[in-house]
Amino acid sequence: MDRIKTEELTGAQILIRCLQAEGVEVVFGYPGGAVLWIYDELFKQDKIRHVLVRHEQGAAHAADGYSRSSNKIGVCLVTSGPGLTNAVTGIATAYMDSIPMIVISGQVPTHAIGEDAFQECDSVGITRPCVKHNFLVRDVKDLAVTMKKAFHIATTGRPGPVLVDIPKDVTTHTCEFQYPETISMRSYNPVKKGHAGQIKKAVQLLLEAKRPMVYTGGGVVLSNASAQLKDLIKRTGFPITNTLMGLGAYPGTDDQFLGMLGMHGTFEANMAMQHCDVLLAIGARFDDRVIGNPAHFASDPRKIIHIDIDPSSISKRVKVDVPIVGNIPDVLSDFLGLLEKSKTQDIKVWWKQIDEWRGKDCLKYDRKSKIIKPQFVLEKLYEVTGGGAFITSDVGQHQMWAAQFYKFEQPRRWINSGGLGTMGFGLPAAMGAQMANPGATVACVTGESSIQMCLQELSTCKQYRLPIKIINLNNKYMGMVRQWQQFFHGNRYSESYMDALPDFVKLAEGYGHSGLLIDKPADVEPALRETFKRKKDLVFLDFLTDQTENVYPMIAGGKGLTEMILSEDL
Amino acid sequence: MRHIISILVENEAGALSRISNMFSARGYNIESLTVAPTEDASMSRMTVVTVGSDEVIEKITKQLNKLVEVVKVVDLSEAEHIERELMLIKVRAGAKEREDVKRMADIFRGRVIDVSDNTYTIELTGDGAKLDAFIQALDQSAILETVRTGSSGIGRGNRILRA
Ligand SMILES: Cc1ncc(C[n+]2csc(CCOP(=O)(O)OP(=O)(O)O)c2C)c(N)n1
Ligand SMILES: [Mg+2]
Repeated sequence: MDRIKTEELTGAQILIRCLQAEGVEVVFGYPGGAVLWIYDELFKQDKIRHVLVRHEQGAAHAADGYSRSSNKIGVCLVTSGPGLTNAVTGIATAYMDSIPMIVISGQVPTHAIGEDAFQECDSVGITRPCVKHNFLVRDVKDLAVTMKKAFHIATTGRPGPVLVDIPKDVTTHTCEFQYPETISMRSYNPVKKGHAGQIKKAVQLLLEAKRPMVYTGGGVVLSNASAQLKDLIKRTGFPITNTLMGLGAYPGTDDQFLGMLGMHGTFEANMAMQHCDVLLAIGARFDDRVIGNPAHFASDPRKIIHIDIDPSSISKRVKVDVPIVGNIPDVLSDFLGLLEKSKTQDIKVWWKQIDEWRGKDCLKYDRKSKIIKPQFVLEKLYEVTGGGAFITSDVGQHQMWAAQFYKFEQPRRWINSGGLGTMGFGLPAAMGAQMANPGATVACVTGESSIQMCLQELSTCKQYRLPIKIINLNNKYMGMVRQWQQFFHGNRYSESYMDALPDFVKLAEGYGHSGLLIDKPADVEPALRETFKRKKDLVFLDFLTDQTENVYPMIAGGKGLTEMILSEDL
Repeated sequence: MRHIISILVENEAGALSRISNMFSARGYNIESLTVAPTEDASMSRMTVVTVGSDEVIEKITKQLNKLVEVVKVVDLSEAEHIERELMLIKVRAGAKEREDVKRMADIFRGRVIDVSDNTYTIELTGDGAKLDAFIQALDQSAILETVRTGSSGIGRGNRILRA
């Protein structure tokens, strides 16, 4: 009798087959000794495209940006030791924002582990606190199942990065390859459906609410629940705010949208959060940048409904009345079903109050300024791109202005490091977004300090012809640091001035791109219009902006939501 | 308040550090921790004794449940349960002290499991308070070495923790 021939493959071959089986089209990586066999196999195939970054941090951010901007999963591949440690910032960034991502790291051969071998580090140990899960594959026979588990864990429940560490000898050892079609793990079974009784209770609260408020976060984006959210808001007529991570989940131009909330949120969103009688929180986690001081938040009575896939996010910083653990789109569909036959309260008075708060026009700035105002650049960026671009951002004032002034109409268009606040994220994340969305408009809003943290990726952009538009809001300061020093440290601008700045135009040109310096308000719009016409080129726009501008409103650390500093107060 | 938490966890390399990491990273305290495989060798049973308000304990159990390798978590202190800890204690026992030490061990239902010219090693099980009491009852200067396992716990009657 003939035996069925199964294929005997090397670990490196198996890895590539697993990635192909998962539909991976792009891998962001950087080679080195421990991953040479994997690179050899990448070379021999043409299904998976490899994007060679210039620093492993860039690989991780790019994979992350790829995930955030699409429904696909970003993969990055790094070598052992320094390759992995360089990627850690990117892994932690993805972890803090619950971004699904696969990190494959090479490791020294199994027999050398623990002997301080060349380029050895305890990758599993180093990354343990900043991954959803990680694996060290000691036997080639475990590789395929481990990869299956990695993808399963990264993309289900509350998503997150998963690292698979593969010793070099495992990539050369052989075994029969079979990729499991499904996987079940007794220790890992994320909840899907929300509890029917709790959902009923929640809907009852919504029906009784006189001053309702809806507050949604990154979870709505991650779970692709925008359609259901929109239905719910339209059906109820309730006001809604998004967190920094949740922008785009609800159309930014809609009348019921109060803007972003939190430390630099709008006056109306923060006031409505504090004074509502029923708060519906969806895929958000009441973090310190959002509600400020939890004791101050709790000082006004309100009923809180909290929907999240992760039970540990519920009642963590704020006690909630109706917790609902479940997949957001499913839970919201249940809500909509129950709401169908019932009537919500008349909330005209509440809207009148909100409109009064809106009247403060808390985002106003000097439009007659002779120096370019950063807010003005972002308003024009929004106009010129029609609200439909993928906007990545770095960290600082420019990030907050982008969040305030760019009105995102769709989810997954606003890509920023909210949780970890990683400077250097913007450019490589834009590469990931552009790879995931070829042909789409991608812009990176950055500052002169942030951009220098992953600047080397301009070279990657050249190699792969990524036509990203870089919007550098150059205030010659670590503006956000300077702002805190102005407010809270008696104007002592300790080390927040970026001296000896490079000529960004020449720098862009040095990497083979174009650059343009803009220093007059009148030139802002024309420069943007010209730039976004250039569909094939990366253009670096260096806007010299007002060095003294601050982000308003602002809630100082430890203060309550209503204790905002407004521009008019100063 | 003191809580005793039982955890069923996949018997995999790294599972223990994942759990202890979680406690230290989030600032939860561990008074004691014991771990060993169960009758099913693919799974380990861990007992953690910790102190915290009800809110903190709820957070701890949620965070434990979130770990991918954790199969089940139960706060034993929520209901009837039994706790035992094993102690091995070596005390000076020359000709003069022998009889006293032996008598004390008998009172606490301890067993002498190793003898030398000038030492006794005593094995004692019980809850933590009993072990504390035994240590107190001995002549402090005679204690040479103590080893305690930390508490293990199990629910009473039909309260069963399985995968
Ligand atoms: C890697 C990293 N290091 C330090 C910080 C602290 N930090 C937050 S904002 C900021 C200044 C950013 O300056 P810039 O990129 O010029 O943006 P601006 O605030 O001026 O718009 C710094 C240093 C950080 N977020 N990330
Ligand atoms: Mg700056």
